[in-house]
Amino acid sequence: MKKILTALTLACSTLVLPAADAVKVGQPMPKLAQLLPSASIPSTAGKAVLVDFWASWCGPCKASFPVLNRLQAKYAAKGLVIIGIGVDEEASAYKAFAGKMGASFPLVHDSAHQAAAFFKPASMPSSYLVDCKGVIRYAHTGFHGEKTEAEYTSEIEALLAESH
Amino acid sequence: MKRSVIFICAAYVGVTLGACSPQLVRVQPYERGNLAKPGMASNLDPLQKAMTEHAYFSREASFGGGGVGGGGCGCN
Repeated sequence: MKKILTALTLACSTLVLPAADAVKVGQPMPKLAQLLPSASIPSTAGKAVLVDFWASWCGPCKASFPVLNRLQAKYAAKGLVIIGIGVDEEASAYKAFAGKMGASFPLVHDSAHQAAAFFKPASMPSSYLVDCKGVIRYAHTGFHGEKTEAEYTSEIEALLAESH
Repeated sequence: MKRSVIFICAAYVGVTLGACSPQLVRVQPYERGNLAKPGMASNLDPLQKAMTEHAYFSREASFGGGGVGGGGCGCN
């Protein structure tokens, strides 16, 4: 009886364990190199980081790339690292989209959704701004054109001002 | 004794299935690549959609067709 109950408890507990919550503002940024061991992640030590989750099938993601390129041109020299994480399951779709967008910042492919499963982005695209101490400070869901660009700009400048 | 074991087993199974079902069926936002393919759109062929809607409206007119108020009896 006791053995049966123990076995059942163990079996059921593995099934009903709640799924990990989405990453929230205030949490430390996970090590992307550990989540995506096969990807070459740029060094982010002591820098402000913008992690952007995108997909080739997502229209707003397409619209966000010119803005991210502008941010890269403006703030990379001041200490911002932008990392675009593509969540396409098909490598060909990822490569075609990445080539078409002409991103000036590093892109990595999360085909197995290891990083996406950790961050649990609420929509596509979703982005996270991390300060120089490695703490997630701002989270964005979706891309709303100029409004999002203005928010990015003010938040990035605040983070860079803190780091200097 | 045997009854209580069966009851506990049934309770465990019920709780387990009830608790894990939402996590099993939800497609995460980053997993919607296949759903976003053009072939998954409901209006893939506008002509076929129009014809289907017309046939539906004609067939179901007495019940109000595709959301039109009133039936097809002309009494409204």
